[in-house]
Formats: sequence, C-alpha cells, structure tokens
Amino acid sequence: MRFNVKWVVELWRYRELFYFLAWRNVKVRYKQTVLGVVWAVLQPLMTMAIFMVLFSRIVKIPTNEIPPALFYYIGLVPWIYFSGTLNLCTASLVTNVSLITKVYFPRIIIPASVALSGIVDFLIAVFFIGGFMIYYGIVPNVQLFLLPFLIVLLFAFTYGLGMFLAALTAQFRDVKHATPFFIQLGLFISPIIYPPSFISEQYRFWLGLNPLTGIIDSFRAAIIPDQPVQWNLLILSILVTAVMLIVGTMYFHKVERTLADVI
Amino acid sequence: MANAVLIENVSKQFRLGKTEKYGTLRDSLVAGAKQLFLRKGRKQNILWALNDISLEIKVGEVVGLIGRNGAGKSTLLKVLSKISYPTSGRVTVNGRVASLLEVGTGFHEELTGRENIYLNGSILGMAKKEVDAKFDAIVDFAAVERFIDTPIKRYSSGMRLRLGFAVAAHLDPEVLLVDEVLAVGDAGFQKKCLDTMEDLRSGGRTVIFVSHNMAAVENLCTRCVWIDGGRVKEDGDPRTVIQSYMTTFGDVHEAAADLSTFMPRHGSGEARYTRIELLNKEGQSQSVTCSGESLVVRLHYDAKQALPHPDFVFRLHSEMGTLITETGTWHHGIDIPEIPRGTGYVDLEIDNLNLLPASYYISISLNGIGQIVYDAVEHCVRLQIEGSTNIYRTSKVINSRYGLVYFPQRWDLGKLPHSAPH
Repeated sequence: MRFNVKWVVELWRYRELFYFLAWRNVKVRYKQTVLGVVWAVLQPLMTMAIFMVLFSRIVKIPTNEIPPALFYYIGLVPWIYFSGTLNLCTASLVTNVSLITKVYFPRIIIPASVALSGIVDFLIAVFFIGGFMIYYGIVPNVQLFLLPFLIVLLFAFTYGLGMFLAALTAQFRDVKHATPFFIQLGLFISPIIYPPSFISEQYRFWLGLNPLTGIIDSFRAAIIPDQPVQWNLLILSILVTAVMLIVGTMYFHKVERTLADVI
Repeated sequence: MANAVLIENVSKQFRLGKTEKYGTLRDSLVAGAKQLFLRKGRKQNILWALNDISLEIKVGEVVGLIGRNGAGKSTLLKVLSKISYPTSGRVTVNGRVASLLEVGTGFHEELTGRENIYLNGSILGMAKKEVDAKFDAIVDFAAVERFIDTPIKRYSSGMRLRLGFAVAAHLDPEVLLVDEVLAVGDAGFQKKCLDTMEDLRSGGRTVIFVSHNMAAVENLCTRCVWIDGGRVKEDGDPRTVIQSYMTTFGDVHEAAADLSTFMPRHGSGEARYTRIELLNKEGQSQSVTCSGESLVVRLHYDAKQALPHPDFVFRLHSEMGTLITETGTWHHGIDIPEIPRGTGYVDLEIDNLNLLPASYYISISLNGIGQIVYDAVEHCVRLQIEGSTNIYRTSKVINSRYGLVYFPQRWDLGKLPHSAPH
C-alpha cells in the first residue's frame, strides 16, 4: 500500500465534513445533559478522590514528592481522554453504519472526528489544573511548553490505535466488547496510580513501551517545575505512537474498500 | 459528447452464507483451526450481483435503471458512488457526484432542523458557504420555517422527509445518482420529487435514477436501462424498454386466444370464430396495451358455407360486466354482400383506447340478416389496460379510481375571475 498524495488531497477536500462530524459529536454529547461541561472535570476529580484514599492513604504508594491530589489528577486527565475516546472510536464505524452504506467520503474521518470531539472535555479538564496550581502555589517553568506537543502526541496515539480497532470492529463485532476490558488493564500499566520510578529498573522498559507512560509522566514534568522530563520515556512514546499511526492507517485503508459490504 | 459515467466490464461478487470475514474473531479462529486440522475447505456460495456490465452515459442524459428487486440496480449505484468497490472492472465518473440513496442521511434526532441541514448538507458534499447561501431556499422548500430551531425528534415523519429531500434537492452536482427516493412519502411529496427531477433534467445534469415507478421513469428519462440478474438486459428508449420489462410481469396476457373449441357460445353455427388476436398497428402481437394507445383486434372465422350480409360485432365489458361499448360493421355502415365459404379474418382498428387502467373483457359475435346469430362468444379474452402518463399530457398516472373511460379534453381557465388585489 504505497503512500498516495491523492489520499491527502481528498482528506483536505473533506475537511469540512470532519469538523461537522466532530461538532455533531460534541453538540449531541451536551444536549439534554444537566451536568454537561461540569462532568468533564467531575469525572477525574471523583476518581482522584478514590485513588487518594485507596493508594495514598491505605496502600501508601509514593507519588514522587508531588501532592497526591495533583499527582493523580494530572495522570487521570489524559487517561480519561484516552479510554473514553478509544471506546468511542472502536465503535464509531459500527455506530455510523448508515453513513458508511449511503454516502461516500473517506471513512477515516469517522474515527478522526470522534478523537477530535473528545478533545473538548479534555481541554476543559486540563484548564482546571490551573486551579490546582493556584491552590498549591506552583509556578511552572519552561517545561510547560512541552504541553501542546504532548497533547498532540496523546491525540495521535489514541487516534492511531482507535483507527486500528475501529477497522477491526467493523469486521469482528466482539472486538468492541473486548476493548473496554483491555482498557481497564491499561489503567494499571500506565503510571497513573504510581510514578515510573516505582517500577524496578528491569521492567521499566516494558512500561515505557506503553506510549501513555511517556505522555503522562511528561505531563507531570511539564506542569510541575521540579519534576525532570524523562527523555528516554518520551522518545519511546513518540516512536511507538508513530508506529501505531502507520499501522493503524494502513490497516484502516486496507479495510476501507470493503467496509460497506462487510459492516 | 463527453462521457459523464463510464462503466467498463464491472462485476461485483458477494459471498453468501458464512462469509469470509466471520462475525467474531473467535469464529474466525475456530474456522481457521478447523481448516488446518480437519482439512475442511470453506464451502463458498458466490453471488455475482453485477456481471460484466458495461455502460457509457453521456453528459446530460437522464438514465432510468429498472429491474426486479435484487437485479443489481442499487449495487450498481453503490459502485458508482464509491461506497462499494467492484470485484473487477472499472468505473470512471467525470464531475462532482452526489448520491441520494436515502433521504436524511446522517440526521441526528437531538439536533435542530437548522443544525441538521448543515450536517446533512456537509455529508452530501455541500460546502458550508453553499449551505449558507441556499439555507432560506431549503427551509422554504421543506415548509418547516416555524420549526427550524426545534430538535427533529419532534418532527413528524413527513416533515423529516421533506427536510431531508429539501437539502438533497439543492445539491448542485454534475452527476446525480438517485435510488428509489420516490417510493416513500405522500402524493404531495412525490410531486415535489418529480418536479425537482424535472428541473434537474432541464438543467443539463446527468442523472441516474433507480425506480419502480414506471410512469416517472417514462416521463423523466431520456434513456432506460433494464438490469436483470446483474446484467444489462435492454438499453434504449424508455417506452420500449419499459414495455419489454412489463411483459415479464405476473401473468403473461395471452395476446391471442384459440376460439375453435371455446365454450360457452351460442349461435346457429354456419360460421364460427376460430381465433381472436390483439395486435398493434404493424400487425405484431400486443399483449400490453396502455391507456390511449391504439389496438387492432383481429377476428378469425371459419364459414361452413357462403353467408349473406354478415355483421361482425365487438363488445367490451368492464370487469363487473358493464357493457362499455358495442360496435360492429353495421354500425359503421359497412355492408358486406357476402363472405364465401372458408376461413378469413377482419380487423377492428381502434385509434385511441380511451380506457383507464383495469381489466376488460371482449365478447364477439357474428350476426346475419334479421335476428340471426351465427356465432356469439362471450368474454373470450381479457384485455389488460396499463396506466400511462400521457392521458392528459401531465406526469400524473390516472388510474381506475377515476372511472372506466376518459375523453380528450382541456380545461379553459380564461373565464375564471381573478382574486382582487389586497
């Protein structure tokens, strides 16, 4: 499957539809909700509270000198984006059957629009971190400039994996049911409840293969000035994400042609 | 003239039954293992939905695709829209394509009419600027102005249909593919659809239109292609192709009946009708006749002896038995001095059968001087009249709700008083 400039040109032509679908997802999400936007912040906050009690007080896992509340919150925000969006992405093709069987447009727009629409909740939750920082009196340093880049990286990994799973689900329905289970496991192999330093050296590489490790750890480093950026983890994240994007795109493209017949 | 659409040897295959891609990963693995260990091959049941179709459609043609359900028409449209891909062969389309395979694709219940117009417009391929420009026209066409900012889950099904169609009606593609959109909706909606199609046609667009509504196809299309079993069965003038297609419908009406042993009949028997045929003006069998068409009724007889002054009589009855008309050579003032012994036939040529679509029955008799009846055969053959849009030169199909017959006519509104200006 050779890379074709025509694909990119076509995607550009359909960029408006991409925005419209993302806009639709966001609008629909908030219609008829009472909490609406508040839920974007409430979800990580509530989970954070549970973790504080369980892992900080009872089990006593160290949090790298960072106040536990902040530690968990910063870890949870990208995680919630990832898990929520991945679930939606995986089911996205199946949910939009009528679009796929009745209209033509590059199908890749469907999971992409899902990934984009999740960013709204994510950004709101990220913004709320500012509240924490004021409370703890933390002033970020230059590492903060990493943040936009990390957000893009997070989006890229989620989208790459989401594309792959979406294409798989369109053919094999049970993938949709297996995914939430694996995502649950993911919570434990990402440094959300614990910092990477908590894991012994020999296993740290394997932990690093999970792009979320580099991303989440770097998130904390970007926001909290005395946390060092672990470049080896970050570079590993970038590499795995790149591979995931390529694999995801290629597999999706391969399946795309037969989607309307198979779905 | 340039090609708008070029279809070259397109075939599309579907696998029936257990398809290659199993529904679940587990099934796929199990089947794979079976194959490995038990050497059980996969039983394949292949269906060629499209079988080596080649068509050239020129710019500006309005092509109607007809055929039975399952013949491959919708599959062909999907292949033309790039929703589905051919197993072999090639499709080339020149110009912007819009496919209307469904009205209101992508509509979301929670969004308002306004939001759905933008969403649907974008899905169908319109740029936001284009939707902005046409917004008012679309709302007007759909007649939902009051409700435009209400979520469509509050709309009636009719409103939803009108809204969806309104957006689609304002598409401006070079090539438009339409699939049986006209099958749904009330009479008012269907009229709107037909009017829109008419506008598209006069605008010089290329339209490919799948429908079961023969009247619409005949009225709107410049060319008709009959698809049967995934192949092109016939391609040409809509009237001709539709006629051929309709002859495969339901009962094949016999365009002739052998009357030599027909019972019941009465008469003295010096002459007997042997056969009756329904023909067209060229003398060929015409098993399907439409309202207003011409018809030739050929009456074959066998006279046992020479007969003086015979009167050939033809009667037409409705299904309920009402005598619609009776005509004979005597009515026309024709005097046949004598028919010789032996066989022969006469033709009754009707220029315009002004009958509305229904079943009718023909009775014939052969009379002599005075009250003599040589042979009379009642209801010997059924005449099936099909609908036509040409009755009053409109796109309306006038059916048997409106009676049995119709007359060539016009309405003159010249004397109608004008309403006073407000």
